[in-house]
Amino acid sequence: MARGDRPALSEQDAARRAVEAVWRIESARIVGALTRYTRDFELAEDVAQEALAEALVSWPRDGTPRDPAAWLVATARRRAIDAYRRRARRDERYAELAHGLAEGEATSGLGTVPAEGVVAGQAGSDPALADPDRIDDDVLALMFVSCHPVLSREARVALTLRVVGGLTSDEIARAFLVPVATVQARITRAKKTIAAARVPFEVPDGADRAARLASVRSVLYVIFTEGSSATSGDSWIRHDLAHEAVRLTRVLSRLAPEPETFGLLALLELTAARFPARVGTQGRPVLLEDQDRRRWDRAAIIRGRAALRGAVGPAGMGVYALQASIAECHAMAPSVPRTDWERIVLLYEALGRTAPSPVVDLNRAVAVAMARGPEAGLRVVDGLVDQGVLAGSHLLPGVRGELLARLGRTAAARAEYLRAADLCGNAAERSVLEAKASSLP
Amino acid sequence: MPKYMLIMRATDETWAAFADVDFETVMNEMGKFNHEMIQAGVLVAAEGLEDAADTVVVDYSSEPPLVTDGPYGETKELFGGFWILDVASKEEAVEWAKRAPLAGPGSKTEIRKVTQIDDFPQDNEWIQKERAWREATGQL
Repeated sequence: MARGDRPALSEQDAARRAVEAVWRIESARIVGALTRYTRDFELAEDVAQEALAEALVSWPRDGTPRDPAAWLVATARRRAIDAYRRRARRDERYAELAHGLAEGEATSGLGTVPAEGVVAGQAGSDPALADPDRIDDDVLALMFVSCHPVLSREARVALTLRVVGGLTSDEIARAFLVPVATVQARITRAKKTIAAARVPFEVPDGADRAARLASVRSVLYVIFTEGSSATSGDSWIRHDLAHEAVRLTRVLSRLAPEPETFGLLALLELTAARFPARVGTQGRPVLLEDQDRRRWDRAAIIRGRAALRGAVGPAGMGVYALQASIAECHAMAPSVPRTDWERIVLLYEALGRTAPSPVVDLNRAVAVAMARGPEAGLRVVDGLVDQGVLAGSHLLPGVRGELLARLGRTAAARAEYLRAADLCGNAAERSVLEAKASSLP
Repeated sequence: MPKYMLIMRATDETWAAFADVDFETVMNEMGKFNHEMIQAGVLVAAEGLEDAADTVVVDYSSEPPLVTDGPYGETKELFGGFWILDVASKEEAVEWAKRAPLAGPGSKTEIRKVTQIDDFPQDNEWIQKERAWREATGQL
Protein backbone atom coordinates (compact mmCIF):
# COMPACT_ATOMS: atom_id res chain seq x y z
CA MET A 1 0.00 0.00 0.00
CA ALA A 2 1.36 3.40 -0.98
CA ARG A 3 2.15 5.72 1.82
CA GLY A 4 -0.04 8.48 0.43
CA ASP A 5 -3.08 6.18 0.69
CA ARG A 6 -3.08 6.20 4.42
CA PRO A 7 -4.69 9.54 5.26
CA ALA A 8 -7.50 8.88 2.78
CA LEU A 9 -8.15 5.48 4.30
CA SER A 10 -8.23 6.73 7.84
CA GLU A 11 -10.48 9.60 6.78
CA GLN A 12 -12.89 7.11 5.30
CA ASP A 13 -12.65 5.03 8.44
CA ALA A 14 -13.41 8.10 10.54
CA ALA A 15 -16.42 8.88 8.37
CA ARG A 16 -17.69 5.33 8.72
CA ARG A 17 -17.31 5.49 12.49
CA ALA A 18 -19.22 8.78 12.51
CA VAL A 19 -22.08 7.20 10.56
CA GLU A 20 -22.13 4.26 12.97
CA ALA A 21 -22.19 6.64 15.95
CA VAL A 22 -25.22 8.42 14.50
CA TRP A 23 -26.83 5.06 13.94
CA ARG A 24 -26.22 3.96 17.54
CA ILE A 25 -28.02 7.06 18.74
CA GLU A 26 -30.81 7.12 16.17
CA SER A 27 -31.64 3.58 15.07
CA ALA A 28 -34.38 2.90 17.64
CA ARG A 29 -36.13 6.19 16.95
CA ILE A 30 -35.78 5.79 13.20
CA VAL A 31 -36.99 2.19 13.00
CA GLY A 32 -39.74 3.06 15.49
CA ALA A 33 -40.95 6.04 13.48
CA LEU A 34 -40.77 4.06 10.25
CA THR A 35 -42.70 1.13 11.70
CA ARG A 36 -45.44 3.44 12.90
CA TYR A 37 -45.46 5.08 9.49
CA THR A 38 -45.54 1.91 7.38
CA ARG A 39 -47.26 -0.37 9.90
CA ASP A 40 -44.81 -3.00 8.68
CA PHE A 41 -41.91 -3.78 11.00
CA GLU A 42 -40.13 -5.99 8.48
CA LEU A 43 -40.25 -3.35 5.77
CA ALA A 44 -39.28 -0.60 8.22
CA GLU A 45 -36.20 -2.48 9.37
CA ASP A 46 -35.24 -3.32 5.78
CA VAL A 47 -35.50 0.25 4.53
CA ALA A 48 -33.75 1.60 7.62
CA GLN A 49 -30.84 -0.72 6.90
CA GLU A 50 -30.87 0.39 3.27
CA ALA A 51 -30.72 4.01 4.39
CA LEU A 52 -27.81 3.18 6.67
CA ALA A 53 -25.99 1.46 3.80
CA GLU A 54 -26.62 4.50 1.64
CA ALA A 55 -25.29 6.80 4.38
CA LEU A 56 -22.13 4.72 4.66
CA VAL A 57 -21.50 5.40 0.97
CA SER A 58 -22.68 8.96 0.56
CA TRP A 59 -21.72 10.70 3.82
CA PRO A 60 -18.01 10.02 3.52
CA ARG A 61 -18.26 11.23 -0.09
CA ASP A 62 -20.60 14.24 0.21
CA GLY A 63 -20.22 15.13 3.86
CA THR A 64 -22.54 14.43 6.80
CA PRO A 65 -25.96 16.04 6.29
CA ARG A 66 -27.01 18.87 8.58
CA ASP A 67 -29.62 16.71 10.22
CA PRO A 68 -28.45 13.09 10.00
CA ALA A 69 -31.55 11.59 11.60
CA ALA A 70 -33.90 13.43 9.26
CA TRP A 71 -31.76 12.38 6.29
CA LEU A 72 -31.93 8.73 7.34
CA VAL A 73 -35.69 8.84 7.89
CA ALA A 74 -36.26 10.63 4.57
CA THR A 75 -34.08 8.17 2.68
CA ALA A 76 -35.67 5.15 4.33
CA ARG A 77 -39.12 6.54 3.66
CA ARG A 78 -38.38 6.97 -0.03
CA ARG A 79 -37.25 3.35 -0.13
CA ALA A 80 -40.49 2.32 1.59
CA ILE A 81 -42.55 4.21 -0.98
CA ASP A 82 -40.54 2.56 -3.76
CA ALA A 83 -41.19 -0.84 -2.23
CA TYR A 84 -44.91 -0.16 -2.02
CA ARG A 85 -44.97 1.04 -5.61
CA ARG A 86 -43.25 -2.14 -6.72
CA ARG A 87 -45.77 -4.21 -4.81
CA ALA A 88 -48.60 -2.02 -6.13
CA ARG A 89 -47.86 -3.24 -9.61
CA ARG A 90 -48.56 -6.75 -8.40
CA ASP A 91 -51.24 -6.06 -5.83
CA GLU A 92 -53.88 -3.35 -5.85
CA ARG A 93 -54.04 -3.06 -2.07
CA TYR A 94 -50.57 -1.53 -2.07
CA ALA A 95 -51.46 1.09 -4.65
CA GLU A 96 -53.54 2.94 -2.09
CA LEU A 97 -50.87 2.62 0.59
CA ALA A 98 -48.20 3.94 -1.75
CA HIS A 99 -50.46 6.79 -2.64
CA GLY A 100 -51.15 7.52 1.03
CA LEU A 101 -47.48 7.52 1.91
CA ALA A 102 -46.67 9.87 -0.93
CA GLU A 103 -49.53 12.15 0.15
CA GLY A 104 -48.17 12.30 3.67
CA GLU A 105 -44.86 13.23 2.21
CA ALA A 106 -46.37 16.14 0.32
CA THR A 107 -48.56 17.56 3.07
CA SER A 108 -46.36 17.27 6.14
CA GLY A 109 -42.94 17.55 4.62
CA LEU A 110 -42.26 13.95 5.66
CA GLY A 111 -39.88 12.28 3.32
CA THR A 112 -38.26 15.41 2.05
CA VAL A 113 -34.66 16.18 2.69
CA PRO A 114 -34.62 18.96 5.28
CA ALA A 115 -34.43 22.41 3.79
CA GLU A 116 -31.44 24.66 4.20
CA GLY A 117 -31.80 26.83 7.23
CA VAL A 118 -32.61 23.94 9.52
CA VAL A 119 -30.45 24.55 12.58
CA ALA A 120 -27.27 22.56 12.15
CA GLY A 121 -27.24 19.32 14.04
CA GLN A 122 -30.59 19.90 15.71
CA ALA A 123 -32.30 16.59 16.23
CA GLY A 124 -36.02 16.43 15.79
CA SER A 125 -36.43 18.76 12.85
CA ASP A 126 -38.09 15.90 11.00
CA PRO A 127 -41.73 15.93 12.10
CA ALA A 128 -41.62 12.18 12.70
CA LEU A 129 -38.86 12.69 15.28
CA ALA A 130 -40.23 15.87 16.83
CA ASP A 131 -42.67 14.61 19.45
CA PRO A 132 -40.76 13.16 22.44
CA ASP A 133 -43.78 11.26 23.82
CA ARG A 134 -44.43 9.69 20.46
CA ILE A 135 -40.78 8.68 20.16
CA ASP A 136 -40.83 7.15 23.63
CA ASP A 137 -43.89 5.08 22.70
CA ASP A 138 -42.26 4.00 19.45
CA VAL A 139 -39.03 2.93 21.14
CA LEU A 140 -40.93 1.02 23.82
CA ALA A 141 -43.11 -0.66 21.17
CA LEU A 142 -39.94 -1.56 19.31
CA MET A 143 -38.53 -3.20 22.44
CA PHE A 144 -41.75 -5.17 22.86
CA VAL A 145 -41.69 -6.36 19.25
CA SER A 146 -37.99 -7.30 19.36
CA CYS A 147 -38.49 -9.28 22.57
CA HIS A 148 -41.78 -10.89 21.54
CA PRO A 149 -42.39 -14.39 22.93
CA VAL A 150 -42.99 -15.83 19.42
CA LEU A 151 -39.25 -15.44 18.82
CA SER A 152 -36.48 -17.74 19.99
CA ARG A 153 -34.13 -16.40 22.64
CA GLU A 154 -31.30 -15.98 20.14
CA ALA A 155 -33.58 -14.10 17.77
CA ARG A 156 -34.80 -11.76 20.52
CA VAL A 157 -31.24 -10.96 21.51
CA ALA A 158 -30.06 -10.33 17.94
CA LEU A 159 -33.09 -8.26 17.01
CA THR A 160 -32.92 -6.13 20.17
CA LEU A 161 -29.25 -5.38 19.69
CA ARG A 162 -29.77 -4.56 16.04
CA VAL A 163 -32.94 -2.43 16.06
CA VAL A 164 -32.95 -0.99 19.57
CA GLY A 165 -29.22 -0.90 20.25
CA GLY A 166 -28.18 0.07 16.73
CA LEU A 167 -25.42 -2.55 16.50
CA THR A 168 -24.46 -3.87 13.09
CA SER A 169 -24.78 -7.58 12.26
CA ASP A 170 -21.01 -7.65 12.23
CA GLU A 171 -20.76 -6.29 15.76
CA ILE A 172 -23.39 -8.73 17.02
CA ALA A 173 -21.59 -11.62 15.34
CA ARG A 174 -18.29 -10.66 16.95
CA ALA A 175 -19.92 -10.33 20.36
CA PHE A 176 -21.51 -13.77 20.17
CA LEU A 177 -18.64 -15.52 18.36
CA VAL A 178 -20.88 -16.65 15.50
CA PRO A 179 -20.56 -16.01 11.76
CA VAL A 180 -22.12 -12.79 10.42
CA ALA A 181 -24.31 -14.86 8.10
CA THR A 182 -25.79 -16.62 11.13
CA VAL A 183 -26.77 -13.30 12.72
CA GLN A 184 -28.24 -12.04 9.45
CA ALA A 185 -30.21 -15.24 9.01
CA ARG A 186 -31.49 -15.01 12.61
CA ILE A 187 -32.66 -11.44 12.07
CA THR A 188 -34.30 -12.15 8.71
CA ARG A 189 -36.09 -15.15 10.15
CA ALA A 190 -37.16 -13.18 13.23
CA LYS A 191 -38.70 -10.46 11.08
CA LYS A 192 -40.55 -13.06 9.03
CA THR A 193 -41.84 -14.70 12.20
CA ILE A 194 -43.12 -11.37 13.51
CA ALA A 195 -44.86 -10.70 10.21
CA ALA A 196 -46.32 -14.21 10.08
CA ALA A 197 -47.60 -13.98 13.66
CA ARG A 198 -49.05 -10.54 12.88
CA VAL A 199 -47.44 -9.04 15.97
CA PRO A 200 -48.88 -5.53 16.29
CA PHE A 201 -46.57 -2.56 16.73
CA GLU A 202 -47.97 -1.25 20.00
CA VAL A 203 -47.49 -0.95 23.72
CA PRO A 204 -49.95 -3.47 25.21
CA ASP A 205 -52.05 -2.86 28.34
CA GLY A 206 -52.68 -4.70 31.56
CA ALA A 207 -51.47 -8.23 32.18
CA ASP A 208 -50.10 -8.49 28.65
CA ARG A 209 -47.94 -5.44 29.25
CA ALA A 210 -46.51 -6.93 32.44
CA ALA A 211 -45.68 -10.22 30.73
CA ARG A 212 -44.11 -8.53 27.75
CA LEU A 213 -42.07 -6.22 29.98
CA ALA A 214 -40.76 -9.29 31.78
CA SER A 215 -39.71 -10.68 28.41
CA VAL A 216 -37.84 -7.46 27.55
CA ARG A 217 -36.07 -7.56 30.91
CA SER A 218 -35.01 -11.13 30.47
CA VAL A 219 -33.56 -10.38 27.02
CA LEU A 220 -31.57 -7.47 28.45
CA TYR A 221 -30.39 -9.71 31.25
CA VAL A 222 -29.28 -12.38 28.77
CA ILE A 223 -27.35 -9.78 26.76
CA PHE A 224 -25.65 -8.57 29.92
CA THR A 225 -24.68 -12.02 31.16
CA GLU A 226 -23.42 -12.96 27.70
CA GLY A 227 -21.26 -9.84 27.80
CA SER A 228 -20.07 -10.33 31.36
CA SER A 229 -19.24 -14.03 31.30
CA ALA A 230 -18.82 -15.83 28.03
CA THR A 231 -20.38 -19.28 28.08
CA SER A 232 -17.64 -20.57 25.86
CA GLY A 233 -14.37 -19.50 24.31
CA ASP A 234 -11.51 -17.54 25.78
CA SER A 235 -13.03 -14.13 26.11
CA TRP A 236 -13.86 -13.52 29.74
CA ILE A 237 -15.61 -10.18 29.54
CA ARG A 238 -17.02 -8.45 26.54
CA HIS A 239 -17.63 -5.17 28.24
CA ASP A 240 -19.18 -3.46 25.26
CA LEU A 241 -22.03 -5.91 25.15
CA ALA A 242 -22.63 -5.74 28.88
CA HIS A 243 -22.55 -1.96 28.83
CA GLU A 244 -24.99 -1.89 25.96
CA ALA A 245 -27.33 -3.98 28.11
CA VAL A 246 -26.93 -1.47 30.95
CA ARG A 247 -27.70 1.41 28.61
CA LEU A 248 -30.77 -0.31 27.17
CA THR A 249 -32.00 -1.10 30.69
CA ARG A 250 -31.63 2.58 31.56
CA VAL A 251 -33.70 3.34 28.47
CA LEU A 252 -36.36 0.84 29.56
CA SER A 253 -36.41 2.22 33.10
CA ARG A 254 -37.21 5.64 31.64
CA LEU A 255 -39.86 4.39 29.24
CA ALA A 256 -41.59 1.99 31.65
CA PRO A 257 -40.50 2.86 35.18
CA GLU A 258 -41.52 -0.26 37.11
CA PRO A 259 -39.96 -1.67 40.27
CA GLU A 260 -38.57 -4.84 38.71
CA THR A 261 -37.00 -2.86 35.86
CA PHE A 262 -35.23 -0.74 38.47
CA GLY A 263 -34.25 -4.02 40.14
CA LEU A 264 -32.67 -5.20 36.91
CA LEU A 265 -30.95 -1.85 36.38
CA ALA A 266 -29.56 -1.99 39.92
CA LEU A 267 -28.32 -5.54 39.40
CA LEU A 268 -26.57 -4.67 36.14
CA GLU A 269 -25.00 -1.45 37.45
CA LEU A 270 -23.77 -3.15 40.62
CA THR A 271 -22.38 -6.12 38.70
CA ALA A 272 -20.74 -3.95 36.04
CA ALA A 273 -19.16 -1.91 38.85
CA ARG A 274 -16.88 -4.88 39.52
CA PHE A 275 -15.66 -5.25 35.94
CA PRO A 276 -12.48 -3.19 36.39
CA ALA A 277 -11.38 -5.59 39.15
CA ARG A 278 -12.47 -8.84 37.53
CA VAL A 279 -9.60 -9.41 35.16
CA GLY A 280 -6.05 -9.76 36.39
CA THR A 281 -2.76 -10.02 34.58
CA GLN A 282 -2.76 -12.19 31.45
CA GLY A 283 -6.52 -11.89 31.28
CA ARG A 284 -7.02 -14.31 34.17
CA PRO A 285 -10.33 -13.92 36.00
CA VAL A 286 -10.01 -12.62 39.56
CA LEU A 287 -12.52 -14.07 42.04
CA LEU A 288 -14.61 -11.81 44.23
CA GLU A 289 -12.58 -12.65 47.33
CA ASP A 290 -9.31 -11.64 45.62
CA GLN A 291 -10.56 -8.51 43.88
CA ASP A 292 -9.00 -5.15 44.62
CA ARG A 293 -12.17 -3.41 45.76
CA ARG A 294 -10.61 -0.01 45.17
CA ARG A 295 -10.96 -0.77 41.47
CA TRP A 296 -14.72 -1.07 41.68
CA ASP A 297 -16.52 1.70 39.86
CA ARG A 298 -17.98 3.78 42.70
CA ALA A 299 -20.12 5.86 40.33
CA ALA A 300 -21.75 2.68 39.02
CA ILE A 301 -22.34 1.51 42.62
CA ILE A 302 -24.02 4.81 43.45
CA ARG A 303 -26.24 4.53 40.37
CA GLY A 304 -27.04 0.92 41.22
CA ARG A 305 -28.04 1.76 44.79
CA ALA A 306 -30.16 4.65 43.58
CA ALA A 307 -31.96 2.29 41.19
CA LEU A 308 -32.43 -0.24 44.00
CA ARG A 309 -34.38 2.34 45.99
CA GLY A 310 -37.03 2.24 43.27
CA ALA A 311 -37.03 -1.54 43.05
CA VAL A 312 -39.47 -2.42 45.83
CA GLY A 313 -42.94 -3.07 44.46
CA PRO A 314 -46.26 -3.67 46.22
CA ALA A 315 -45.35 -7.37 46.54
CA GLY A 316 -41.83 -6.65 47.75
CA MET A 317 -38.74 -7.34 45.72
CA GLY A 318 -38.62 -9.36 42.52
CA VAL A 319 -35.84 -11.70 41.46
CA TYR A 320 -33.66 -9.01 39.94
CA ALA A 321 -34.04 -6.71 42.93
CA LEU A 322 -33.14 -9.55 45.31
CA GLN A 323 -30.00 -10.32 43.32
CA ALA A 324 -29.21 -6.61 43.21
CA SER A 325 -29.53 -6.47 46.99
CA ILE A 326 -27.01 -9.27 47.27
CA ALA A 327 -24.68 -7.40 44.90
CA GLU A 328 -25.20 -4.31 47.06
CA CYS A 329 -24.06 -6.22 50.18
CA HIS A 330 -20.81 -6.99 48.37
CA ALA A 331 -20.49 -3.47 46.99
CA MET A 332 -20.77 -1.94 50.45
CA ALA A 333 -18.45 -4.39 52.23
CA PRO A 334 -14.83 -3.36 52.75
CA SER A 335 -13.66 -6.99 52.47
CA VAL A 336 -14.94 -10.57 52.21
CA PRO A 337 -14.83 -11.29 55.97
CA ARG A 338 -16.48 -7.95 56.75
CA THR A 339 -19.45 -8.70 54.49
CA ASP A 340 -22.94 -9.03 55.92
CA TRP A 341 -23.17 -12.77 55.06
CA GLU A 342 -26.21 -13.38 57.28
CA ARG A 343 -28.16 -10.85 55.25
CA ILE A 344 -26.93 -12.52 52.05
CA VAL A 345 -28.16 -15.90 53.35
CA LEU A 346 -31.60 -14.35 53.97
CA LEU A 347 -31.65 -12.80 50.51
CA TYR A 348 -30.73 -16.13 48.88
CA GLU A 349 -33.48 -17.83 50.88
CA ALA A 350 -35.96 -15.24 49.60
CA LEU A 351 -34.63 -15.66 46.08
CA GLY A 352 -34.93 -19.45 46.34
CA ARG A 353 -38.58 -19.10 47.33
CA THR A 354 -39.38 -16.58 44.58
CA ALA A 355 -37.48 -18.36 41.83
CA PRO A 356 -36.38 -21.83 42.96
CA SER A 357 -33.12 -22.88 41.30
CA PRO A 358 -30.26 -25.21 42.22
CA VAL A 359 -27.75 -22.44 41.37
CA VAL A 360 -29.42 -20.18 43.93
CA ASP A 361 -29.26 -23.03 46.46
CA LEU A 362 -25.58 -23.46 45.74
CA ASN A 363 -24.93 -19.75 46.23
CA ARG A 364 -26.88 -19.93 49.48
CA ALA A 365 -24.56 -22.77 50.53
CA VAL A 366 -21.55 -20.52 49.90
CA ALA A 367 -23.14 -17.71 51.92
CA VAL A 368 -23.95 -20.15 54.74
CA ALA A 369 -20.31 -21.26 54.73
CA MET A 370 -19.16 -17.65 54.96
CA ALA A 371 -21.61 -16.81 57.73
CA ARG A 372 -21.41 -19.97 59.83
CA GLY A 373 -18.34 -21.87 58.67
CA PRO A 374 -17.45 -24.42 55.94
CA GLU A 375 -19.04 -27.37 57.77
CA ALA A 376 -22.48 -25.72 57.70
CA GLY A 377 -21.99 -24.84 54.03
CA LEU A 378 -20.91 -28.36 53.13
CA ARG A 379 -24.10 -29.76 54.68
CA VAL A 380 -26.17 -27.62 52.27
CA VAL A 381 -23.98 -28.65 49.30
CA ASP A 382 -24.23 -32.35 50.16
CA GLY A 383 -27.98 -31.94 50.37
CA LEU A 384 -27.88 -30.74 46.75
CA VAL A 385 -25.66 -33.67 45.75
CA ASP A 386 -28.20 -36.05 47.31
CA GLN A 387 -30.97 -34.40 45.30
CA GLY A 388 -28.95 -35.07 42.14
CA VAL A 389 -29.24 -31.48 40.94
CA LEU A 390 -26.61 -29.69 38.84
CA ALA A 391 -25.19 -32.99 37.64
CA GLY A 392 -22.80 -32.32 34.77
CA SER A 393 -22.13 -28.74 35.89
CA HIS A 394 -18.71 -27.65 37.14
CA LEU A 395 -20.33 -25.42 39.77
CA LEU A 396 -21.16 -28.08 42.37
CA PRO A 397 -17.73 -29.80 42.49
CA GLY A 398 -16.09 -26.34 42.34
CA VAL A 399 -17.84 -25.18 45.52
CA ARG A 400 -17.48 -28.57 47.18
CA GLY A 401 -13.73 -28.47 46.50
CA GLU A 402 -13.52 -25.02 48.02
CA LEU A 403 -15.29 -26.04 51.23
CA LEU A 404 -13.31 -29.28 51.58
CA ALA A 405 -10.08 -27.31 51.16
CA ARG A 406 -11.11 -24.96 53.92
CA LEU A 407 -11.83 -27.96 56.15
CA GLY A 408 -8.31 -29.24 55.45
CA ARG A 409 -9.53 -32.32 53.51
CA THR A 410 -7.03 -31.68 50.72
CA ALA A 411 -7.17 -35.00 48.83
CA ALA A 412 -10.95 -34.82 48.49
CA ALA A 413 -10.70 -31.12 47.62
CA ARG A 414 -8.20 -31.75 44.82
CA ALA A 415 -10.38 -34.46 43.30
CA GLU A 416 -13.39 -32.10 43.31
CA TYR A 417 -11.42 -29.22 41.76
CA LEU A 418 -10.17 -31.46 38.96
CA ARG A 419 -13.64 -32.82 38.35
CA ALA A 420 -14.92 -29.24 38.13
CA ALA A 421 -12.14 -28.28 35.68
CA ASP A 422 -13.09 -31.27 33.53
CA LEU A 423 -16.69 -30.10 33.35
CA CYS A 424 -15.97 -26.40 32.82
CA GLY A 425 -16.49 -24.95 29.32
CA ASN A 426 -14.81 -21.59 29.85
CA ALA A 427 -11.03 -21.71 29.37
CA ALA A 428 -10.33 -18.84 31.77
CA GLU A 429 -12.43 -20.34 34.56
CA ARG A 430 -10.95 -23.77 33.94
CA SER A 431 -7.44 -22.44 34.44
CA VAL A 432 -8.49 -20.97 37.80
CA LEU A 433 -9.85 -24.36 38.92
CA GLU A 434 -6.69 -26.15 37.78
CA ALA A 435 -4.55 -23.62 39.62
CA LYS A 436 -6.57 -24.22 42.78
CA ALA A 437 -6.08 -27.96 42.52
CA SER A 438 -2.33 -27.67 42.08
CA SER A 439 -1.89 -25.11 44.85
CA LEU A 440 -3.29 -27.47 47.49
CA PRO A 441 -0.63 -28.77 49.90
CA MET B 1 -17.60 2.06 29.18
CA PRO B 2 -15.46 5.12 28.56
CA LYS B 3 -16.72 8.42 29.87
CA TYR B 4 -16.38 11.66 27.98
CA MET B 5 -16.73 15.20 29.23
CA LEU B 6 -18.38 17.67 26.93
CA ILE B 7 -17.15 21.12 27.93
CA MET B 8 -19.05 24.17 26.74
CA ARG B 9 -16.79 27.02 25.64
CA ALA B 10 -17.99 30.49 24.76
CA THR B 11 -16.63 33.92 23.98
CA ASP B 12 -18.02 37.34 24.94
CA GLU B 13 -19.63 37.38 21.55
CA THR B 14 -21.38 34.08 22.30
CA TRP B 15 -22.68 35.37 25.61
CA ALA B 16 -23.88 38.58 23.98
CA ALA B 17 -25.77 36.60 21.34
CA PHE B 18 -27.30 34.35 23.99
CA ALA B 19 -28.39 37.38 26.04
CA ASP B 20 -30.77 38.29 23.21
CA VAL B 21 -32.50 34.91 23.30
CA ASP B 22 -35.51 34.47 25.57
CA PHE B 23 -34.38 32.62 28.72
CA GLU B 24 -37.34 30.26 28.63
CA THR B 25 -36.43 29.26 25.07
CA VAL B 26 -32.87 28.51 26.15
CA MET B 27 -34.14 26.48 29.11
CA ASN B 28 -36.57 24.52 26.96
CA GLU B 29 -34.01 23.77 24.27
CA MET B 30 -31.39 22.72 26.79
CA GLY B 31 -33.97 20.74 28.74
CA LYS B 32 -34.97 18.88 25.61
CA PHE B 33 -31.37 18.08 24.80
CA ASN B 34 -30.69 16.80 28.32
CA HIS B 35 -33.91 14.80 28.26
CA GLU B 36 -32.84 13.07 25.05
CA MET B 37 -29.54 12.02 26.59
CA ILE B 38 -31.31 10.79 29.72
CA GLN B 39 -33.80 8.79 27.64
CA ALA B 40 -30.91 7.31 25.69
CA GLY B 41 -29.26 6.18 28.92
CA VAL B 42 -26.01 8.04 28.35
CA LEU B 43 -26.06 11.07 30.67
CA VAL B 44 -24.05 10.57 33.85
CA ALA B 45 -23.60 14.11 35.18
CA ALA B 46 -23.95 17.72 34.14
CA GLU B 47 -23.40 21.16 35.65
CA GLY B 48 -23.61 24.68 34.32
CA LEU B 49 -21.45 27.58 35.42
CA GLU B 50 -22.69 31.01 36.39
CA ASP B 51 -21.89 34.22 34.60
CA ALA B 52 -18.17 34.81 34.25
CA ALA B 53 -18.38 38.31 35.75
CA ASP B 54 -17.53 37.02 39.23
CA THR B 55 -14.62 34.92 38.03
CA VAL B 56 -11.35 35.02 39.94
CA VAL B 57 -8.18 33.80 38.26
CA VAL B 58 -5.15 32.46 40.11
CA ASP B 59 -2.12 32.61 37.83
CA TYR B 60 0.83 30.36 38.75
CA SER B 61 3.26 31.92 36.30
CA SER B 62 4.64 34.03 39.10
CA GLU B 63 5.68 33.15 42.65
CA PRO B 64 3.59 33.70 44.70
CA PRO B 65 0.66 33.17 42.32
CA LEU B 66 -1.06 36.26 41.02
CA VAL B 67 -4.75 36.62 41.83
CA THR B 68 -6.89 38.71 39.50
CA ASP B 69 -10.60 39.51 39.44
CA GLY B 70 -13.00 39.35 36.55
CA PRO B 71 -13.04 37.46 33.30
CA TYR B 72 -9.83 36.13 31.91
CA GLY B 73 -8.68 39.27 30.13
CA GLU B 74 -6.35 37.89 27.51
CA THR B 75 -8.16 34.59 27.24
CA LYS B 76 -11.10 34.92 24.94
CA GLU B 77 -12.87 31.67 25.73
CA LEU B 78 -14.70 30.85 28.95
CA PHE B 79 -16.08 27.53 30.13
CA GLY B 80 -19.84 27.57 30.48
CA GLY B 81 -20.51 24.14 31.90
CA PHE B 82 -20.15 20.44 31.19
CA TRP B 83 -21.84 17.11 30.63
CA ILE B 84 -20.37 13.70 31.37
CA LEU B 85 -21.56 10.96 29.04
CA ASP B 86 -21.30 7.21 29.28
CA VAL B 87 -20.95 6.23 25.62
CA ALA B 88 -19.28 3.49 23.59
CA SER B 89 -16.97 5.70 21.53
CA LYS B 90 -15.55 9.17 21.01
CA GLU B 91 -17.59 9.41 17.81
CA GLU B 92 -20.77 8.94 19.82
CA ALA B 93 -19.74 11.70 22.23
CA VAL B 94 -19.11 13.94 19.23
CA GLU B 95 -22.53 13.11 17.80
CA TRP B 96 -24.21 14.11 21.04
CA ALA B 97 -22.17 17.31 21.20
CA LYS B 98 -23.33 18.22 17.71
CA ARG B 99 -26.91 18.12 18.95
CA ALA B 100 -26.41 20.56 21.83
CA PRO B 101 -28.50 23.72 21.35
CA LEU B 102 -25.48 25.99 21.43
CA ALA B 103 -25.50 27.47 17.94
CA GLY B 104 -23.94 30.93 18.03
CA PRO B 105 -20.85 32.95 17.18
CA GLY B 106 -17.69 31.60 18.82
CA SER B 107 -19.66 28.88 20.63
CA LYS B 108 -17.78 25.59 20.98
CA THR B 109 -17.87 22.30 22.82
CA GLU B 110 -14.69 20.47 23.69
CA ILE B 111 -14.78 16.68 24.07
CA ARG B 112 -12.35 15.09 26.48
CA LYS B 113 -12.04 11.54 27.72
CA VAL B 114 -12.38 11.26 31.49
CA THR B 115 -9.52 9.48 33.27
CA GLN B 116 -10.30 6.09 34.76
CA ILE B 117 -9.23 4.50 37.97
CA ASP B 118 -6.59 2.41 36.21
CA ASP B 119 -4.84 5.54 34.99
CA PHE B 120 -3.45 6.07 38.52
CA PRO B 121 -1.23 3.91 40.69
CA GLN B 122 -3.52 2.45 43.35
CA ASP B 123 -0.70 2.01 45.86
CA ASN B 124 -0.22 5.77 46.12
CA GLU B 125 -1.18 6.89 49.62
CA TRP B 126 -3.02 10.00 48.47
CA ILE B 127 -4.95 8.17 45.78
CA GLN B 128 -6.06 5.77 48.50
CA LYS B 129 -7.11 8.61 50.80
CA GLU B 130 -9.08 10.27 48.08
CA ARG B 131 -10.74 7.01 47.22
CA ALA B 132 -11.75 6.46 50.84
CA TRP B 133 -13.27 9.94 50.88
CA ARG B 134 -15.16 9.26 47.65
CA GLU B 135 -16.52 6.06 49.10
CA ALA B 136 -17.52 7.67 52.37
CA THR B 137 -19.27 10.64 50.78
CA GLY B 138 -20.61 9.09 47.62
CA GLN B 139 -18.70 11.43 45.32
CA LEU B 140 -18.35 10.40 41.72
